Amino acid sequence: MKRYFQVVWAVLWKDLRIELRTKDVFTSMAVFAALALLIFNFAFELRIPDKSMVVPGVLWVTIAFAGVLGLGRAFISEKDRGSLAGLLLAPVDRSAIYFGKMLASLIFILVVEAFILPLIVVFFNVPLITAPLLLILLLGTIGFAAVGTIFSALAVNTRAREVLLPVLLFPVLLPLLIAGIRTTIGLLEGQSLAEHANWLQLIVFFDILFLVVAFLTFDYVVEE
Amino acid sequence: MSQPLIRIAGLRKAFGRHRVLRGIDIDIEAGSSVILLGPNGAGKTTMLRILATLSKATSGDVQIAGVSVNDNAEGIRRYLGMVSHSPLLYGDLSAEENLTFYARLYGVSENDGRRDDLLQRVGLHHRRKDLVRTYSRGMVQRLAIARALLHNPPILLLDEPDTGLDPQAAEMMTDLLREIGGSERTIVMTTHHLERGLELADRVLILSGGRLVFDERISGLSYGDLRPLYDQYVGTGTP
Repeated sequence: MKRYFQVVWAVLWKDLRIELRTKDVFTSMAVFAALALLIFNFAFELRIPDKSMVVPGVLWVTIAFAGVLGLGRAFISEKDRGSLAGLLLAPVDRSAIYFGKMLASLIFILVVEAFILPLIVVFFNVPLITAPLLLILLLGTIGFAAVGTIFSALAVNTRAREVLLPVLLFPVLLPLLIAGIRTTIGLLEGQSLAEHANWLQLIVFFDILFLVVAFLTFDYVVEE
Repeated sequence: MSQPLIRIAGLRKAFGRHRVLRGIDIDIEAGSSVILLGPNGAGKTTMLRILATLSKATSGDVQIAGVSVNDNAEGIRRYLGMVSHSPLLYGDLSAEENLTFYARLYGVSENDGRRDDLLQRVGLHHRRKDLVRTYSRGMVQRLAIARALLHNPPILLLDEPDTGLDPQAAEMMTDLLREIGGSERTIVMTTHHLERGLELADRVLILSGGRLVFDERISGLSYGDLRPLYDQYVGTGTP
């Protein structure tokens, strides 16, 4: 078991090290998210009387679209530089590679969220940075990274991989996005997290389901 | 008779309707050096990828040290080191960081000096802190050999490792492979460079159309002898 976690850590360490050096993933995700927020801000200013009404949708859609950019790089960059085989040759249960990649993607998306939350507060003037909302964002992002990483591995051996990832991912993400948006609406309206226990349970169930599915299937997903 | 280190039996592989390997049977003894020749599309790389557990056979079996890749691929990977034309390295990490990463993947201690020793052997110790993307192609391939040897595998799989190297770098790599091969390590190598392959190998296999068409021990076989044989079995194309 210790070896398993060593490999998870090795993959995570490697991805973080490369990202700290190149900033490729963060830059593309952050710039995309900032531009999306700017466009949403101007678009809704023209027609919506109270911009705070659209904040939950703007928040989750921006995270989803920006996140796909990062998730797409999780395995495609390994394939492009020809290093995927090096990972798969490791004498360890291959799901350890999945969890290393998933944790790296999770951290990248959380960093981008930390960057865009203050921007949303400024653009939309909504008190978004509260403990319950941060918890929902964290849980939702775990599910997003879990399913996105396995689909990124699935898409990597296909010809239209850049297109295939969002096409596969968004229909599966729909329950998570709906639950996230519903809970965020309630929290912004001053309701407590307990009043949205069903949505919260759905998010937690989604997270566990896809982490287990990925653990069981990753070896088959990356197999030729 | 002792059990061969590598046993390939009735190996077939198809991608959809395209059959790449059509029933290969080979036994490879421990300590031997085998070169696998054949034109493009003969199935050399596919066979090596199946040996490396990177691809699954459609039917047939590969056993390494008596263990089938279908039963324990994870355990078998510990026996294998692989060098291909793609170096399996990260350009944005230094040589030292690349080897540290692979040491962790293979459960090799980072403090036993093996990493530094290998960097010395491949002549890259003085450049160990530099990012790999600043290396020449020849240096990258030497580092790829160090990476493949990090866990001291008894089997080294080489898939056209000399692709893209200038003659001097290719010669240097051949010398390095000869040095690290020794009598203990088993080497299976695909190449398009027949003469260079002969320098390293003690047995020649030729694949053509997914079938094994030639299998001989070298024992004095020169390039002049092998070239007409190669042309006879696969035609006058490459190599």
